[in-house]
Amino acid sequence: MKERKDDFNKRRAHLKNMNDQELKDYFYQLSDKMIAPLIDHGYKNTSPSIERSVLLRMGFSSIQAKAIVNMLHEHDLLRKGAGHCVYKVSNDKNIDIIAAGVEIQDGKHIDYLKEVFKVYEKNSA
Amino acid sequence: MKKIQPNEKLNIPNILQNLENYHPKRKGWTWRDQKDIKLGQFEYKQASPSLKNSVPLQSANYLGGIDPQPDAVITAEIASGRFEDDIRRMRMAAYHGADHIMVIRTAGQSHFDGLLEGTPQGVGGIPITRKQLRAQRKALDIIEDEVGRPINYHSYVSGVAGPEIGVLFAEEGVNGAHQDPQYNVLYRNINMVRSFVDAAESKKVLAYADIAQIDGAHNANATARDAWKVMPELLVQHAINSVFSEKIGIKPENICLSSVPPAAPPSPDLKLNLPYAVALREFFDRYKIRAQMNTKYMDSSTREATVTHVLNLLISRLTTADIQSTITPDEGRNVPWHIYNIEALDTTKQAMVGMDDLLSMVGIKDTGYIYDKKREIQERAILMMEEIIEMGGYFKAVEAGMFVDSGEYPERNADGISREIDGGIGAGTVIPRDKDYMAPVTAHYGYNNIAQYGKSFEKTPSKLIDGCTFEKPEKIQFIDEMDETDNVYLRLKETERYRDSKLLKPEVEWLGDGVVTVDLFFPIEAKVAAEAAIKTGEKMNLTDVEVIHKEVLHPSEGTRVQIKGRVGFEINIDDLTLPEEVEAMSEEEIFDYVKKHPLKVVAGTGGNDEHSVGIREVLDIKHGGVEKYGIKYTYLGTSVPIEKFVDAAIEMDADCIMMSTIISHDDVHYKNMEKLHNYAVEKGVRDKLVLLAGGTQVTPEIARKYKMDQGFGRGTKGQHIASFLVKSHKEMKH
Repeated sequence: MKERKDDFNKRRAHLKNMNDQELKDYFYQLSDKMIAPLIDHGYKNTSPSIERSVLLRMGFSSIQAKAIVNMLHEHDLLRKGAGHCVYKVSNDKNIDIIAAGVEIQDGKHIDYLKEVFKVYEKNSA
Repeated sequence: MKKIQPNEKLNIPNILQNLENYHPKRKGWTWRDQKDIKLGQFEYKQASPSLKNSVPLQSANYLGGIDPQPDAVITAEIASGRFEDDIRRMRMAAYHGADHIMVIRTAGQSHFDGLLEGTPQGVGGIPITRKQLRAQRKALDIIEDEVGRPINYHSYVSGVAGPEIGVLFAEEGVNGAHQDPQYNVLYRNINMVRSFVDAAESKKVLAYADIAQIDGAHNANATARDAWKVMPELLVQHAINSVFSEKIGIKPENICLSSVPPAAPPSPDLKLNLPYAVALREFFDRYKIRAQMNTKYMDSSTREATVTHVLNLLISRLTTADIQSTITPDEGRNVPWHIYNIEALDTTKQAMVGMDDLLSMVGIKDTGYIYDKKREIQERAILMMEEIIEMGGYFKAVEAGMFVDSGEYPERNADGISREIDGGIGAGTVIPRDKDYMAPVTAHYGYNNIAQYGKSFEKTPSKLIDGCTFEKPEKIQFIDEMDETDNVYLRLKETERYRDSKLLKPEVEWLGDGVVTVDLFFPIEAKVAAEAAIKTGEKMNLTDVEVIHKEVLHPSEGTRVQIKGRVGFEINIDDLTLPEEVEAMSEEEIFDYVKKHPLKVVAGTGGNDEHSVGIREVLDIKHGGVEKYGIKYTYLGTSVPIEKFVDAAIEMDADCIMMSTIISHDDVHYKNMEKLHNYAVEKGVRDKLVLLAGGTQVTPEIARKYKMDQGFGRGTKGQHIASFLVKSHKEMKH
């Protein structure tokens, strides 16, 4: 930011006559305004770390989770959810969750997932 | 789990066994059971129940050994690089009142894209891994039973692997965590969008596991040039993280604001810090306050740091502190040592108990300087938020360098930290979720189209996979070690000879490290004194000698220097002659006995000896001498002829003679003891009299050898003598 002298007394004119409670209420109104778009980012997006954290909760080790997410990321499949991909393979191919993940990690089922999830079509939530 | 006794060491190799099957016995944060307590003769209003096992403050020796515990949760930050050595320190910390153990991560972990495994050694902290967490949690589970109070275990959910670390913490029973995306953005240069997206998931997990969250705002005043000018921004940073967290689902009572009094003396500490503390607590009264101590202006003086920290504690007591954190007074010098963690805890306990119920006696004014100043800080914060919104929101404001500017907002000095929205570590890794995005796990934040597999899963997505690790911990995979050349077993082997053995080495942080400090004064200027100090260390056969503290007493008359260095030798316990344990009865027991059986003593310094300080200390009520217990004494003065002791005792019908004998030249003190005994025998009163000798060169063994009933050396208190006298008197009567 550009250098600026302290102009507090000028800027505060509209706050001067608020009582303490009004000031506090206003502080939280502004907080809500600042936060809303940040919350929205969190709601609509994911990241490799979030997806790894999903796989951890599904029972994968950190090493497996990392390899699976890397594989899915490379093939643009994280937007479906890494856990979703593993679940899909497990469910459709009738193998258990951990085995499905380990196979994905090795590059298996990627084409299947791409096809079944129609990854070439954009359909953001 | 096997309970441990105070006289038994924690067995670290045992703790490492069977970790693959260990699950924490408890989850979530615990506050202290705050209540009024009565201890000894005192009542405390801001307190919590006493511990089953603890080490009280030294002055408790005069107050019946009471160890009142304050109301706030008290933090010790312990992370020396070797988690196995830290476990021992955690136990010591718990005995000194810590119930929140915070583990700092090793340098660089926040940039590691994923979880670390195994037990490598850390730098400036420890690598946080499942095995390390599990071992420390297991140890703390033992320790909390021992002290009788739950211990909150805490580390950091930040960096580019935040959500995974959050999950790890939830699984392993971690109770508290730092989580603030602003920390990533401003101080770790991690992409800002990624940081907030990850933070949403992390916070959802923390909320699920009932983990208390601490924010990172205090880093702004540790970074800004003039820490106190950043106060308005601190309110803004607290607001961003707190409101964000609450909207994600963390309950307000688990949202803790990390607040450090920004200024330190010689600035007018309270005048700067108190209005800020009031402003903060007024705006954020729905959340909790984690009061941290100032580190910004710390240098190598542990005394100076301690005084600053006591002033910080005064602010905590003048306002509020739900968690009172401690900073070790040596943090300006090195990664904290054992003794300084304990000093910081004792400083905190001592000051908080000492200022118990302060606000029932004094209050903060709601007019004048303090009101105007706190209101000004609040208004400046609001103006900053207005401008952030005007600029297009938080991300735009960070890009513009709005944060951590050294000017007090709205003043700007154009030196804030600026980050690009598409820059930093992890840039371009934020992925929009598709309409059919799904995650079949518990505590997942945001859009989750689980309904595509059945409406019934919407409330409990993990049912789709028959439960996730949060419901079924048996699904967690435990990885033991990853690096054959860097793990806890190798380190334990290195120090094996000092573990449960007869060999001892001085230690500051790691078993067998051999580090000692030497405190020196040289009558010369600082530069020369420092070199002289190093030379002194070398001549004392220390290695790795370093100056750790220098203090000018006068530019030419003298300098104090503290050095550290390593000793090369070991001490074998078998080579030591341990002094005899002096038994002491409880004060009540002595009082009771003396009330029923009045006791009389004649005392003085024997022979040609004018030293009377020592004997007065063990006689006078003022010094806690025997008089305190109702024992009547007659002081015969100094240089008392030996015969006079016995004659006086007969005349006054005394029960005991206390002879002080300091001078040891020509073994005169031994000779006087024998002479006293012989004369008492001659007068036929030996078996009616308890004969005691005391002095700096006297030991119980020597005194008894020369026919005294007992001898008392350095460090003797009136209580010891009174105890012996009561015991002997009882025996004589039977």
